[in-house]
Amino acid sequence: MRLSPDEMIFWQHGFLKLNATIVFTWALMLVMAVGSKLVTRKLSTGLEHSHWQNLLEIIVSGIEKQIEDVGLRNPKKYLGFLGTLFLFVAMANLCTVIPFYEPPTGSLSTTAALALCVFVAVPLFGILDQGLGGYLKSYIEPTVIMLPFNIISELSRTLALAVRLFGNMMSGVMIIGILLTITPLLFPIVMTALGLLTGMVQAYIFSILAAVYIAAATRDRDPKPEPAPNT
Amino acid sequence: MLIDWFTVGAQALNFLVLVWLLKRFLYKPILDAIEAREKRIAAELADAAAKEGEAQKERDEFQHKNEEFDQQRAALLGKATDEAKVERQRLIDEARQAADALGAKRQEALRNDAQELNQAISRRTQQEVFAIARKALTDLASTSLEERLGEVFTRRLRTMDGKAKECLGEALKTASQPALVRSVFDLPEEQRAAIQNALNETFSAEIRLRFETAPDLVSGIELSTNGQKVAWSIADYLASMEKGVSELLKEKARPDATTEPKPEESKPETTSQ
Repeated sequence: MRLSPDEMIFWQHGFLKLNATIVFTWALMLVMAVGSKLVTRKLSTGLEHSHWQNLLEIIVSGIEKQIEDVGLRNPKKYLGFLGTLFLFVAMANLCTVIPFYEPPTGSLSTTAALALCVFVAVPLFGILDQGLGGYLKSYIEPTVIMLPFNIISELSRTLALAVRLFGNMMSGVMIIGILLTITPLLFPIVMTALGLLTGMVQAYIFSILAAVYIAAATRDRDPKPEPAPNT
Repeated sequence: MLIDWFTVGAQALNFLVLVWLLKRFLYKPILDAIEAREKRIAAELADAAAKEGEAQKERDEFQHKNEEFDQQRAALLGKATDEAKVERQRLIDEARQAADALGAKRQEALRNDAQELNQAISRRTQQEVFAIARKALTDLASTSLEERLGEVFTRRLRTMDGKAKECLGEALKTASQPALVRSVFDLPEEQRAAIQNALNETFSAEIRLRFETAPDLVSGIELSTNGQKVAWSIADYLASMEKGVSELLKEKARPDATTEPKPEESKPETTSQ
């Protein structure tokens, strides 16, 4: 039994190989980029606009609102990274309804890559926001003793991100595969529907966690409310 | 091993490429469009607010003008009403005057009509009276009356005063034709002789005479010669009286006539022609 689409290799030349994960990722990228291009080719700035533009505007402004809700005051700055994270994971998971499709997020390599991107992006945004010194200083807060724990937490959360998404997606695909052999027809359909919900939740969780980590690394967030003075 | 490190690297690269692609084709255009729309809506709202302010201002101005107009209209209406009242009064006065004048004229016309009617009645009465008198006297005329007339005529001839007598005498003497004596009836010989004698005696000459009958004299005798005429007849009396009555009526017809003319005494007349 195949656990990951990485194992489905179409072409290989030494270290280089073209497996199902990469191919489906490219397909998703193509669909998303071309779709966006087609919709945004003729955008209307008036009050009348197309349904597709409406949909994309709802999605983009919704993501922006979510980022703002997490505590990042300048959501446009993080929209590219966090939005793409969410859209990619969501698209990859939603497409499981298509027959013979293997979600790239069902591969630990993809989720690890995404987690690595977050792992790199968090300190990057932190350094961009408050400088290298300021960012590194956050590791010894509140005391120097916390330094190893902070480093461990940084590493472990990256691992957790990768494994959480992989586990959920892989298990979803696995369950459907198993159920198809046991109870064909109806039950796998229900599980697929459930899998869609799980996929959306996972996409949301993944991007929200990334936003929270970035917010924690940057000071570009809403100031904590001042304690009320004693009267 | 579940992790293929080449795939991890490729997926990370893919993800970064996807970030760039979506930034370029999705987020930027969509955010720009949203921003443009928000700006446009804000501009439209500001424009609407400005227009509303302007409209408010114009409405206030219009209201103000309307009030002014109402006041002006009220003033003009008041003025026009006053003028109309004055004009109405003037027209009524004029009409009253015209009516008065018309009434006066009408009264005058009625008075004139009445006067004319009176005059007509008077004239008719006069004519009738004289006609009756003339008829009565004509009926009464007889030979004996003519004799008496002849006597009266001869007496008058004898008692003629100076100037008239002279004129008549001269006319009788110089006339180439015999003098004409006109009477209603044929005069008897004695009376003719008496007249001849009276003339001869009066004018101390042989007067030639020619006798004629003339019924229009009513009753009387007329001597005419060479433009001179001596007459005595009842018709003359009547004509004289008729003239006097006509004059009296004319006097009465005059509105400013204050004095009544006295009736003239009728006399046998001697006229020159």
